Amino acid sequence: MNTEIIGIIVTFILAIGISIPLGKYIAKVYAGQSTFLDKVMNPLEKLFYKSSKINPEEGMDWKQHLVALLTINAVWFVMGFVLLLTQGALPFNPDNNPSMSPDLAFNTIISFLVNCNLQHYAGETGVTYLTQIWLMFLQFVSAATGMAAAITVFEAFKNKTTTLLGNFYVYFVKSITRILLPISIIVAAILIFQGTPMTFEGKDSITTIEGQQIEVSRGPAAAFIAIKHLGTNGGGFFGTNSAHPFENPTYLTNMTEMIAQLIIPLAMVFAFGYYINRKRFSWMMFGVMTLGFLCLAVPNVMMEANGNPNIAAMGVDNSIGAMEGKEVRIGAAASGFWSIVTTVISTGSVNSMHDSSMPLSGMNQLLAMMINCFYGGVGVGILNFFVFIVLAVFISGLMVGRTPELFGKKIEAKEMKIAMVIALIHPFLILSSTALGTAFPDMTRDTLNNPSFHGFSEILYEYTSSAANNGSGFEGLGDNTPWWNFSTGIILLMGRFLPIIGPVALAGFLAQKRYVPESAGTLATDTTTFGTIVLTVILIVAALAFFPVLTLGPIADFFTTTSL
Amino acid sequence: MKTNLLPSIILTTVLLVLLCGAYPLLMWGIAKVSPNSGEGFTVETTNGKNYVNIGQTFNSDKYFWSRPSAVEYNAAGSGASNKATTNAEYLAEVEKRIEDFMIKNPEVKKEDIPVDLITASGSGLDPNISVQAAKIQIARIAKSRGIEVSRLEQLVAEQTQQPLLGILGPQKINVLELNIALDALK
Repeated sequence: MNTEIIGIIVTFILAIGISIPLGKYIAKVYAGQSTFLDKVMNPLEKLFYKSSKINPEEGMDWKQHLVALLTINAVWFVMGFVLLLTQGALPFNPDNNPSMSPDLAFNTIISFLVNCNLQHYAGETGVTYLTQIWLMFLQFVSAATGMAAAITVFEAFKNKTTTLLGNFYVYFVKSITRILLPISIIVAAILIFQGTPMTFEGKDSITTIEGQQIEVSRGPAAAFIAIKHLGTNGGGFFGTNSAHPFENPTYLTNMTEMIAQLIIPLAMVFAFGYYINRKRFSWMMFGVMTLGFLCLAVPNVMMEANGNPNIAAMGVDNSIGAMEGKEVRIGAAASGFWSIVTTVISTGSVNSMHDSSMPLSGMNQLLAMMINCFYGGVGVGILNFFVFIVLAVFISGLMVGRTPELFGKKIEAKEMKIAMVIALIHPFLILSSTALGTAFPDMTRDTLNNPSFHGFSEILYEYTSSAANNGSGFEGLGDNTPWWNFSTGIILLMGRFLPIIGPVALAGFLAQKRYVPESAGTLATDTTTFGTIVLTVILIVAALAFFPVLTLGPIADFFTTTSL
Repeated sequence: MKTNLLPSIILTTVLLVLLCGAYPLLMWGIAKVSPNSGEGFTVETTNGKNYVNIGQTFNSDKYFWSRPSAVEYNAAGSGASNKATTNAEYLAEVEKRIEDFMIKNPEVKKEDIPVDLITASGSGLDPNISVQAAKIQIARIAKSRGIEVSRLEQLVAEQTQQPLLGILGPQKINVLELNIALDALK
């Protein structure tokens, strides 16, 4: 077997191997059990709570959770907006980069707030070291926000009947101090020793061997790149993200960054099982997600490794695969694999340019974001999946003629309405915004980088990435225009907060219900049969809604290839 | 909302100290004890300091060439072509690169030209080429420098970087390091 394929398999196995014990650790952290970081972090957390006048013992119901979550997000929005508008005049700006225009600042602050990192600017010229560090702050706190929201769902099924789902601030702070920060330090250290810069010096001027004068952008990149992956944010320090040889200098850093983005979404699946003491249920979720993931990832690896048939037809040696927009040190196979990891998980970092992927690889990247719950982003992935579980329980309950129940809680009309709205809002956001973008060609046509079907795919990809809070793009799109900045900004906000509010409310309602002890008549939810139903529901609701639009974009593009 | 506003602001402030102060400083401190103080790996050349991981343009016949780049290897920024695999204009450009390469390297057969040499990388700064991409340039360099082909073949073999641990990822060659070693041959 060739070394590029072995590299991918080893990476994936390592990620799963790390995420199982990590899941156990995460469950312990949120359950308030003692862990090895207690000595350092307990006093620090106490100091945080005390100075912020937060009572960590105080329980919150689902509404209080959401109010706290939305308030602190609003604070970050205001702070960030001001910083980006004034960065040119603020310190830590050795390269004298300018302040952002209001529409770009609006888009940028939202896109980092919602864990998306769409980035309509290039890191080398669009931000200063001060705002890079500020954006890094948002990468930590937006990830922690998602995790804190997910824990309310965990908590709802842990207790028999309750209105209180723990304290938002405690979940939030612990996500940072116990999980995100310690692992970021490890990842950043690996990157530094592999050659990623971590300096506050500005651009360097050098003379190349052939005597050309060029400048080389640097900066405090390693700290940023660690949390960008771990928190599934994905925003690059440099313009070309993890394709840049400073962000991702070696095959080892490529493996590290891939593992870093996989482990927390995977670990949350296992953490759920440990937390509510239903480990088999975790394995059911893991099985469904992994099957879905592999159905997208394996074809992409094959298509990218096989290369572009249009170039093969020119009679050259096409054996190393589709190399347009890819790096030699990473290779076509690992680039194809990464393109699905980053889209299923809502990271949105790229180590190759998705615009130049094979047409059907591009379709799989789109599908990964359209489904958005095979692993999914930190915290929010499991929330999206939870919605599909509720739907599957209801449907299978109807099929066998039993009252639908999940973990001893009856699912009734109110819960179903919320679940359906949340499940449908994602296709609605993507399809309606793409339709608008296409209906006003004056706004979008000149921003496209490729003609024909692929040009349409660029519009579709941008809005899909926004609604899924992913952040990757078909980057040929000239997206720094008021149209793109405002329209994607609004989609980003809706695509983030509605899928958090819905499931948290759902968890709140279910938690209050009377606990019905499980009996022989209860539908077993930790079986292969139930897993199959969940997968079917996902395919019907999420995937089928998108097939018409995929036909207009990547599928038509594919048939253009084969006719040549 | 009101009861949460003040705690939110203060919590944000203390977290800023931790995440924007302590964390980057800690990593900066670790970088100080890493090779080249966390400023990117460098190598000394006849023209002073160069960055090993940042690719360069080589136009001269006597050097190994890098891959095409959408930003001409200007590392002040970075960028890719972002062309679709089906874009006719782009495919014509690739055809032209093949023709240009064949004109300057008449010894090379078309079916031996590896695809990395005629496509632009993701970053526009790719420091590497495939082993095959180096091999097919040997004849041209041997002629322009008057060095034996076998000597250059040996050099390419020496400069070939094996996969991680011998089994993970692709083989590759760093163009800058290869050309520095080439200049050192006498």
